[in-house]
Amino acid sequence: MTEISSGPAFPRSRRFLLPLAAIALVIASGLARSPWERDLDAAQRAAGFHPARLGLGLRERLGQAGFLAALGGFRAPLADLLVIQAYGAWERVEWGRMNALFQTATALQPRAPHLWEMASWQMAYNAARNAREDVRRQPRELLRVRAEREYLALARDFLERGLANNPRSPLLWESLGRLQLDKLRDPLAASAAYARGADLPGAPAYLKRFAAYALSRAPGREREAHSLLRQIYDLGPQEHLPTLLKELRRLENHLDLPFSERIPPAL
Amino acid sequence: MSSPARVAAIASNTLLGLAREKVFWFLLVFALLLIGSSVVLVRFSFQDQFQMLKDVSLGAMSVFSSLLAVLATASLLPRDLEERTLYSLLAKPVGRGEYLLGKFLGVALLLALALALMGALFFALLLVRGQAVEAETARDLAALAPDALAAKLAELRAVVRDPNLLAAGALILVKSCVLAAATLCLSTFATSNLFTVMLAAAVWLIGHLQGAAREYWQGGGEIIGAWTKLTLAATAVVFPDFQLFNLVDEIAAGAPVPIALLARTLGLGAFYVVIYLLAAHFVFLRKEL
Repeated sequence: MTEISSGPAFPRSRRFLLPLAAIALVIASGLARSPWERDLDAAQRAAGFHPARLGLGLRERLGQAGFLAALGGFRAPLADLLVIQAYGAWERVEWGRMNALFQTATALQPRAPHLWEMASWQMAYNAARNAREDVRRQPRELLRVRAEREYLALARDFLERGLANNPRSPLLWESLGRLQLDKLRDPLAASAAYARGADLPGAPAYLKRFAAYALSRAPGREREAHSLLRQIYDLGPQEHLPTLLKELRRLENHLDLPFSERIPPAL
Repeated sequence: MSSPARVAAIASNTLLGLAREKVFWFLLVFALLLIGSSVVLVRFSFQDQFQMLKDVSLGAMSVFSSLLAVLATASLLPRDLEERTLYSLLAKPVGRGEYLLGKFLGVALLLALALALMGALFFALLLVRGQAVEAETARDLAALAPDALAAKLAELRAVVRDPNLLAAGALILVKSCVLAAATLCLSTFATSNLFTVMLAAAVWLIGHLQGAAREYWQGGGEIIGAWTKLTLAATAVVFPDFQLFNLVDEIAAGAPVPIALLARTLGLGAFYVVIYLLAAHFVFLRKEL
C-alpha cells in the first residue's frame, strides 16, 4: 500500500510524539499569550470597551438563553429587544416594569448614550407626570407627589450613571440640563450641565446659548448670564437669534443697564 | 506546482465545494433576512434611528459568521474521508500541512465572502435609511436655528458614514477565523462531524468566558483553591479569549476604535489562528488514514 504523505520529518515510530507536541504547543503559546491577552483586555477597557459586566445579577434578569446571547455577541440586539419591551410597558402604563427593563438594557449597553437618555426621558416626562396626575391610581396627593419625586430621582440617576459611562456625550449633558431646568427646577445646575456639554467636541453650538438661558433663570446670576449672552451676541449676526435677542433685552431691562451697554433696539 | 499554488488550489476547491452546500446558503439567507428586518424593527423602536439597524445587523453578522465557521469547518475532513478525496489528494505530492492550510483558507474565504455580502446589505440599508432620515430631519426641524440644524444633520451623517463599522467587520471576520482554526484542530482528532460541532460549540462558549477564568486565575489570590486555580489556568491557556473580539456592541453605540488597539486585537487573532493550525498539523500528521 502506498504511504500517504505525512512529511519526511516524522517516521511512523515517532508519530506518538506529535499529539504531545500539539498539546505542548497549545500550552506554551497559552502561557506566552496570557500577559498579551491581559494587557489587551486592559487597553480595551481603558478605551471604553467591555463596560458591561455580565455578572450573576444580569444572568438572573436575562435568563439562560438571554445570557448566552449576550455572551456571544448579541448583547446590543438584546438591549434593543428590552427597549422594545419597555415601549410595551410604557403603553400599558407599567412604570415599574419599564424601569426594570431599562435598568437591564442600560446594564447590557452602558456605552450607548441614547439608551440612558431614553430611560431618563421616559421616567421624567411620562412616569413622573403620570404618577402626579393619575388620581384613579392614587387618590392621595401627597403620595402622588412622592411617586413623582421618586421617578424624577430615577431619571436623574439614569443620566448620572449614563454620564459616568459616557462622560463625553453632549447628548447626556444636554438631557441633564433639560431635566434640571424643566423638572427639578434648578437653573444653576442646568446651566452647569449645558456648559459641560457645550465644551465637548462635537457638541451642538446651541448648548452654549442654553447654558446662558438657564443661568438667566437663576436668581442673582442675571449679570453673569447677560455677560455670557452678550459674548455670544458679539460673535456676529448669525448669532442674533430671536430667543437670544429677547433674553438679552429682558436682562438689560432687569439689570437696568445704560443705553450704551444695550444692544440696538428692534426695528 | 509550487507549495503556495497547491495551497491556493485546495483553498479554491474548498470554497467551491462549500459554496455548493445548500445549508450555507440557507444560513446566509437567514442572516440577510435578519439584517433586512432591522429596517422594520426600527419602526417598533422609539430610540435612535440607526441604533437598532446597526445592533441587529452587526449582531447577525457576528452570530452567523460563527455558525458558518463551525459548520463549514467541521464537515471538511469527515467529508473528504468519506468521499475518499483525501486519499487521492495526499497520494499526490501534497503535504498534510498544505492540505490543512488550503482547507482553512477556503473556509476563511467563504467567511469573508459571506461577511462581504451581509456587510454590503447592511451598508446599503444604512445609506438608504440615512438619506430618508436626513430629509425628514431637515423638513421637521426647518424652524430650528441654522447652526442647530446643521449640527443635527452633521451628526446624522457621521453616524451613517462611521468608518469604525469597517473595523467591526474586520473583528467579526478574525473572530470567526479563529473559531474555524480551532474547529479544524478539533476535527483532526474528533471521530465524527457531530462530535466536532459539539466540541466547537463548547470552545465557543468557554472562549467567551475565558477572560473571566484568566482574571480569576491570575488575580484570585488565596480565595480560590489550588484545584480551582489549576482548572482556571487550563481554561485560560487552552482556549482563545473570544471576548477580546467582541468590541462590536460598543462600536455600534458609536465608540471609536484606536488603530493601534485594532491592530493588536487582529494580531492576537492571527496568533490564535497560527497556533491552532500548527496544533492541527501535528495531530493530523499522526492520523492513520
